[in-house]
Amino acid sequence: MPAITLTINNDLISARQGQTLLEVAREHGIEIPTLCHLDGLEAMGGCRLCLVELQGSSRPVPSCVTRAAEGMVVTTHSDKLVEYRKMLVELLLAERTHTCSICVQNNNCELQTLAAKLGIDHVRFDYLNQQLPMDASRERFALDHNRCVLCLRCVRVCDAVEGAHTWDVRGRGSTSRIVADLDRPWGTSTSCTDCGKCVQLCPTGALFKKGATVGEMRKERSFLNRILERRRLAAQGGTP
Amino acid sequence: MNRVELAELAEAVTAQQQSCRMRLLVCCGTPCVAAGSQAVVAALRERLAALGHPADLELVGTGCQGPCSRGPLLTVLRPGQPEQVWQKCTPELAVSILEAELQQSAFPDTNLLPADWPFFRCQTRLVLANSGRIDPENLEQYIARGGYDGLAQVLHEMIPDQVCDSVVQSGLRGRGGGGYPTGLKWQLVRKSSGSRKFIVANGDEGDPGAYMDRSLMESDPHRILEGMAIAGYAIGAEQGYIYVRGEYPVAAQRLRKAIRDAERAGLLGSRVLDSSFSFRIDIRIGAGAFVCGEETALLASIMGRRGQPRIRPPYPAEAGLWGCPTLINNVETFGNIPAIFSIGPQAFNAIGNGKSRGTKVFALCGEVVNNGLIEVPMGIPLREIVFEIGGGLANGAAFKAAQTGGPSGGCIPAEKLDTPVDYENLQALGSIMGSGGLIVMGEQSCMVDVARFFMEFCLDESCGKCVPCRTGTVEIYRLLSRICNGSASQRDLQTLEQLCQMVKDTSLCGLGAAAPNPVLSTLRWFRAEYETHVNERRCPAGVCSMDELPLHLLGEQLLQRIAALRCDGEGY
Ligand SMILES: Cc1cc2nc3c(=O)[nH]c(=O)nc-3n(C[C@H](O)[C@H](O)[C@H](O)COP(=O)(O)O)c2cc1C
Ligand code: SF4
Ligand code: SF4
Ligand code: SF4
Ligand code: SF4
Ligand code: FES
Ligand code: FES
Repeated sequence: MPAITLTINNDLISARQGQTLLEVAREHGIEIPTLCHLDGLEAMGGCRLCLVELQGSSRPVPSCVTRAAEGMVVTTHSDKLVEYRKMLVELLLAERTHTCSICVQNNNCELQTLAAKLGIDHVRFDYLNQQLPMDASRERFALDHNRCVLCLRCVRVCDAVEGAHTWDVRGRGSTSRIVADLDRPWGTSTSCTDCGKCVQLCPTGALFKKGATVGEMRKERSFLNRILERRRLAAQGGTP
Repeated sequence: MNRVELAELAEAVTAQQQSCRMRLLVCCGTPCVAAGSQAVVAALRERLAALGHPADLELVGTGCQGPCSRGPLLTVLRPGQPEQVWQKCTPELAVSILEAELQQSAFPDTNLLPADWPFFRCQTRLVLANSGRIDPENLEQYIARGGYDGLAQVLHEMIPDQVCDSVVQSGLRGRGGGGYPTGLKWQLVRKSSGSRKFIVANGDEGDPGAYMDRSLMESDPHRILEGMAIAGYAIGAEQGYIYVRGEYPVAAQRLRKAIRDAERAGLLGSRVLDSSFSFRIDIRIGAGAFVCGEETALLASIMGRRGQPRIRPPYPAEAGLWGCPTLINNVETFGNIPAIFSIGPQAFNAIGNGKSRGTKVFALCGEVVNNGLIEVPMGIPLREIVFEIGGGLANGAAFKAAQTGGPSGGCIPAEKLDTPVDYENLQALGSIMGSGGLIVMGEQSCMVDVARFFMEFCLDESCGKCVPCRTGTVEIYRLLSRICNGSASQRDLQTLEQLCQMVKDTSLCGLGAAAPNPVLSTLRWFRAEYETHVNERRCPAGVCSMDELPLHLLGEQLLQRIAALRCDGEGY
């Protein structure tokens, strides 16, 4: 792959053609916060946390989908960007109900970690206090809408990796909800194979294993890259 | 049909029309139908039937004639005579006009509009040239007015690159809101490699208060088809789709009939006008989501997916419908194309101001005397639209602001009334040209309340994909509500500004990116009004009722209550 050179935060950095700005930054130890993005899943660009400033562009661009190009001048951490990221995480915290002290995901939560790293100690916006239902109808797993950040990792992994396409989104705007099998209780879903992929990839306490109590839910994501790598090799005719 | 037959047909129909001693054009646009034009048509038809359908008296049910709030409209054409237009026409009035003609007596002048009425005088009608002049369901009447002649000219005299060049020369820019140069877009799609290409006409029109696109589709459907066919030839596409909003069944039905008629006449379908070019058009009906007007969401919707925008690039010009290069333009943009080829790109380019060429159709509404559909040259001063064409404010109210661009636009204050209306000038004022909604507001409007109205629209229409728009709009709405109900503090005002800027900068698609515009523009021009709400807990326009206390006052009140209880020794 042809090499290209770009500037990130005043440093000249070389990258390979086709890489996203996020990949390049990570390779060089620059940490850009992300939430909806996950290596191996199709990019969606929804959380907007990974926005970076690009010289010549009037608005920040999402680094998880923007391809690096020769001569780009990128800033990943201006005051404005940091403030925007804080506001975005605060919006997420205000949108549903995030009472960490009674959450299965407490201390292992990507949203919580993001908030801590950004130094968020209060939320400037009104809590929307939506009272959403919980779906515990599946035997092994449960879904608590109150913790969902609509990152759609569950939708994407179930469709593209597991091939079941159990999850979809119903409604729009702030009334969007994750639904199983065109809006049935998850327990009655006939497409779900109980593989647990969505549960493991969910960044928050929205999808969890039954039986986990406060702070007990641990998630394991490395399986995704293992599966995808094996598939890639198999497709190339190598030994899986 | 070939080109010669087309010209012959146009001539024959024109001759027949000129042989009529009187042609009665009754407006059957949706607003006029609502005002009762069907009854007018029925009464005239009955009278003509009683007369034995004389060949020299013609009754035509047309599309929108313009001044919709004065409907039903009746236009009378007689050879060699100036045309006359009656407003609020009743069946009795219509019949009496017909009788007067038969008896050669003077026409009744009740409800007769003045001959040089500024509403008509100040307009330049290119896109709407046929609206209100022809029966939209009659292909021959469209042909008689030069219809499909542009297509014939293009197919027989030009190579596709020349067609694109002509559109570039005309200076036409997209009328769907963004204002991207149409010719450049055509060239891009033309150059994109792909064995199949598609044309899409965007007739989704979701802005509240706007109905230009509906009216165009209902009043002159063939014009859009012709524009699309020319585009198809220019970029090398054989298939087009018109995406019509679900709430517009009449538009969809007229377009369907127009497609059928044009195909039968050999003006669409295979071997158009006996050339080697084939072009088919199908209709797709939307479900009435504002966001489905956004191009990537619209394409997803056509392909049967959830109507949600996606990240661009790739732009539809490279990868649109089913991954093929796709040209997407607004229906009014396509409506301009036949005009470019009938008057020539240079003549088209001669109209307008700066980088905005040609005309723009606006749905003029709000507190003006004349509500309706107008087409004006770009660069016309806003004042002329409001006070000449619009006839000033109703009930003699003072002008306060004009809102353009709907939920993505902004408000223009009275001191900017002389601004030329074009893409650049409106943008400089923090508004946008948008698709053409123009709402005039008088002193009785509260600008905070107006901003809140549009924010409510946006939060409801957000697709929910990205955080700033999904949740940011809700929080902006709440902050505005607090300002309106008197419970906001200066701090809330600050938060509001920060949040608006953030949502504008970070949203994924144009809906979220433009959603804060009504707030930002009213903050810019009417900041004092916001301040009065917050500091004095008073709505200068008298619209908002201040029925909540701000948090800090609530606290004070509580402390006072507690202190009072202590003093007189009472307890709970
Ligand atoms: C939220 C949103 C709504 C839109 N709605 C419309 C619409 O109703 N009609 C339209 O023609 N364009 C609409 N657009 C603009 C389209 O995305 C696209 O730019 C346009 O159809 C291109 O056509 P043009 O170049 O002829 O303007 C909308 C854009 C956004 C972001
Ligand atoms: S999901 Fe995360 S942020 Fe939300 S309550 Fe649970 S631990 Fe806290
Ligand atoms: S359930 Fe979890 S993975 Fe799915 S959208 Fe919600 S937060 Fe994301
Ligand atoms: S458990 Fe597996 S199959 Fe079931 S919804 Fe989750 S990812 Fe899909
Ligand atoms: S800006 Fe709004 S409408 Fe556009 S993608 Fe984001 S949530 Fe959807
Ligand atoms: S990580 Fe890039 S938008 Fe979410
Ligand atoms: S509908 Fe009759 S004038 Fe507009």
